[in-house]
Amino acid sequence: MKKHHLERNEKLTRFTLLLIAFSAVTILAVITIFIFAEGTPIMLRYGVKKFLLGLDWYPTEKSFGLLPMIAGSLMVTLGALVLGVPFGLACAIFLTEFSSKRLRRVIKPVIELLAGIPSVVYGFMGVVILVPFIRETFGGPGLSVLAASIILGIMILPTIISISIDSLLAVPSTYRDGSIAMGATRWQTVRMVLLPAARSGIIASIILGMGRAIGETMAVIMIAGNAISIPGSILAPVRTLTSNIALEMGYASGEHREALFATGVILFIIIMILNTLANITSAKRARKK
Amino acid sequence: MYFNPRIEQKIVRTVLWLFTFITVAILVFIVVFILRKGLPVVNWEFLSRNPLDMGKAGGVFSTIVGTIALTLMALVVATPLGVGTAIFLTEYTFENRLTRIIRFGAECLAGIPSIIFGLFGFILFVTKLKFGWSILSGGLTLAFMILPTIIRTSEEAIRSVPESYRQVSFSLGSTKWQTVSRVVLPSALPGIVTGVILSIGRSIGETAAVIFTAGSVLRLPSSIFSSSRTMAVHFYILAREGISMPMAYGTAAILVIAILVINLATYYLMEKFIRRYS
Repeated sequence: MKKHHLERNEKLTRFTLLLIAFSAVTILAVITIFIFAEGTPIMLRYGVKKFLLGLDWYPTEKSFGLLPMIAGSLMVTLGALVLGVPFGLACAIFLTEFSSKRLRRVIKPVIELLAGIPSVVYGFMGVVILVPFIRETFGGPGLSVLAASIILGIMILPTIISISIDSLLAVPSTYRDGSIAMGATRWQTVRMVLLPAARSGIIASIILGMGRAIGETMAVIMIAGNAISIPGSILAPVRTLTSNIALEMGYASGEHREALFATGVILFIIIMILNTLANITSAKRARKK
Repeated sequence: MYFNPRIEQKIVRTVLWLFTFITVAILVFIVVFILRKGLPVVNWEFLSRNPLDMGKAGGVFSTIVGTIALTLMALVVATPLGVGTAIFLTEYTFENRLTRIIRFGAECLAGIPSIIFGLFGFILFVTKLKFGWSILSGGLTLAFMILPTIIRTSEEAIRSVPESYRQVSFSLGSTKWQTVSRVVLPSALPGIVTGVILSIGRSIGETAAVIFTAGSVLRLPSSIFSSSRTMAVHFYILAREGISMPMAYGTAAILVIAILVINLATYYLMEKFIRRYS
């Protein structure tokens, strides 16, 4: 009798845990549904093409062109990658292949700390240090694509470094030993054996870093200048998709608010594509092993 | 051009070292800069008094209370969900399509930008469910944001508990749930706590998701239905609207100290946890 009771309890526990386990998927679904339900009707009403390719954003006059913001997001993300990828890879390679274990134990937590610093603090550092520096050295308003790229480049470092380190460490040590035994130097081993073997993990780290840069809001608002036009140079101010939402959400209503949700839909689709790509590349790596 | 491989290696090593050094230097610079400018402002008065005159004077007490309330709310919701998911994934199933879907969902959720969470929280909690700008709305939004972190760290922690612990427990006649709740979870606790502390760090620093769901009222919150301003939001408003630079630096210093403490705590716990099982 007692045994039977326990077995029934076990089944109940398993079922409850199964329900809980679906919380993440459910939340993801609910978020997707709500963002799309709020954002897509207005896009369909005015035409998706106008939203994606229109150059004018005057939401109060029913002109909802998002191309400057899409271009802005892509430019600052590209800039962040140009700066963040070499630094991130260099750190990962140095820490796994060229540094002592002790040094790695000191530097790794430091890099994790870099990930913990709030994005508003990065934005603030941009405002008080970087923007005045750019203004005085290169001219222009200082609030610019360049400033946003530099700060975002720093912000994506922890993502790139930690995932690249993981994938470099996951390369079987026999590869390393074999290459060294053939008389290759450490650097030749890194370049010709380890980097190709860890390639898919490194690519996944870059894609995830890209997602982080595109999605960043507060730091970018503070330093990018937020002007609505496709920037002509890296010293020109720029507005991203995320800043567009955060800047106007406070006072928008009616169709204006719907248009901000439409901005969210476009951002959401870009992020989902990047997530799926990162997932596929790391799945490939898992299968290879 | 031909390089002697050994010289090439030396050059590369130096360059890589330099890149790493610059990265560490940037971090040290940020922390030292904020603390040097901000710490002189921080005193008992600053911590214990409410902001006056939009934040130009007074302290930051109500924003500290707001931050703690919001973080607690998020943890109360996300910890059971996250740990429950991790238990299911590790103990109650094997790798199949179902676990792949759950993991994919958690990974996607982790990649969603905080501004999207803000939009979602605003439309669902603030407008549709009529919670208004409140600690409840903000806390629930944050809970959804930190859920993936708690799932991932708890799963790792539970997986690292040696299989022999479970076998001994089963051989003594305990059921699955008894084994999980009395053997596995207590052994995995430091790892789970690490994940929770990491999530606290994320909640404290979050701005975009909080500003549209918890609002930015400066008064001391009286219930979970009152709007509240967190330290990060307060800092953002002070800096962006140029209300008071000294006050902004002071708030930033408290934020940075909180993050430093949190990272040290997770690092210490992780080290202890790893040493126990290796």
